[in-house]
Amino acid sequence: MKNSESAENEGLLVRRIKNGTVIDHIDSGEALNVVKILGITGTTQEALSIATNVQSRNMGKKDIVKLTNRELSKEEVDRIALISPRATINIIRNYKVFEKKGVEIPTLIEGLVRCPNPGCISNTHEPIRSKFRVLPNGLHCIYCDWVITRDITSHII
Amino acid sequence: MVHHIISIGDFDRNGIDRLLDHAGQIDRKKYDSNALGGKILAVLFFEPSTRTRLSFESAIARLGGTSLSVGSVEACSMAKGETLADTVRVVSGYADAIVIRHPKEGAARLAAEFSTVPVINAGDGAGQHPSQTLLDLYTIRQSMPIDNIDIALIGDLRYGRTAHSLASALSLYNARLHTISPKGLELPATLSEQLTEKGMEIIEHDSISDIIREVDVLYVTRIQRERFPDSASYFNVASSYRITPELLADAKKHLIVLHPLPRVDEIDPRVDSLPHARYFEQSRNGVPVRMAMLMQVMQ
Repeated sequence: MKNSESAENEGLLVRRIKNGTVIDHIDSGEALNVVKILGITGTTQEALSIATNVQSRNMGKKDIVKLTNRELSKEEVDRIALISPRATINIIRNYKVFEKKGVEIPTLIEGLVRCPNPGCISNTHEPIRSKFRVLPNGLHCIYCDWVITRDITSHII
Repeated sequence: MVHHIISIGDFDRNGIDRLLDHAGQIDRKKYDSNALGGKILAVLFFEPSTRTRLSFESAIARLGGTSLSVGSVEACSMAKGETLADTVRVVSGYADAIVIRHPKEGAARLAAEFSTVPVINAGDGAGQHPSQTLLDLYTIRQSMPIDNIDIALIGDLRYGRTAHSLASALSLYNARLHTISPKGLELPATLSEQLTEKGMEIIEHDSISDIIREVDVLYVTRIQRERFPDSASYFNVASSYRITPELLADAKKHLIVLHPLPRVDEIDPRVDSLPHARYFEQSRNGVPVRMAMLMQVMQ
């Protein structure tokens, strides 16, 4: 794979992976939130590499996340679009890019964001997951109509 | 597909007009008094209510059906910690439709997810109250066409769900909204933005007398005493939002005064006998409008 971006040329930050997923072109500073969205915690067994504030010709600075032995579902990928719409997903098989795709902002997100409205039924012990419709002005809670217009990451569950 | 009525936002303009037309026919006694014969309506109220509850019970009775209710919240299994989801699943096995009032916003939407029968929202926290909005619109329409009216919303516009629902519905009728509320109880910014995006003109005013000559409808809501630190500051604010015959002396002849009730100090009782006063008529209209709603979802 020919890669003209300087960080890859330097080859300093993270090693190539044999199988798994490389999430590239993450907005600078959002890598840890991407990891959070994917539900990766300290107990995850597979190797995980995170590079932040890497020089990028197109973006100035970007973050990269490499996950070993894990390919992401469409739903997982699209969640990333909420905080980093320019991210690209590279599925790696046997050191080669098997598939490369961008992210699409989903129309509905479930169980990802907590409704900030303390009076909302989704913040009780009812057996439901939070549901937000993604509209141009923000995320609309389908239960209480609350709209999250900024700082979505701080509401991620 | 089960037909629920959860939010006034679920209706388009035609849907509202059709329902109000139907309520009008019912009001003129043009309906089958056994239209819902043999049907059972479950009345699940987890908050106090007089008008809404009684008018739904009256509505189903007038259509030949019967109603079931649990009495007080303390008397039902929610008090034992049962989830609303489970309660609704169980009750939908006992009835042909459920009317629900609940203190949490979005509770009716949740109920609709778990119910196998139609759910009608009769108020969920500070959220939606579509049957109230429909009867408000019906009452306005009895006096004037709703299109292009100038309406003043007065009182607690922050927590008042009836004001929120009505404002949303009026955005379909090109109405101009005037708001008058105490500091801290203004219309929520997110709602104002949504309405403005829909093309609605919203104008804030400091006092009712500033606009009394301009408006066609005064929609008065209760300012709750518990929103204020002490009684003195409550009375101070409440008195400046009171509708009196003196204030109405400058109003347009056709102006109507509406209030979702119960009122406390917001409307001087001397207003009751003026032709402007329509709040008791409005309350009465709850029955034909709710009959039309029940027929829409239960037939």
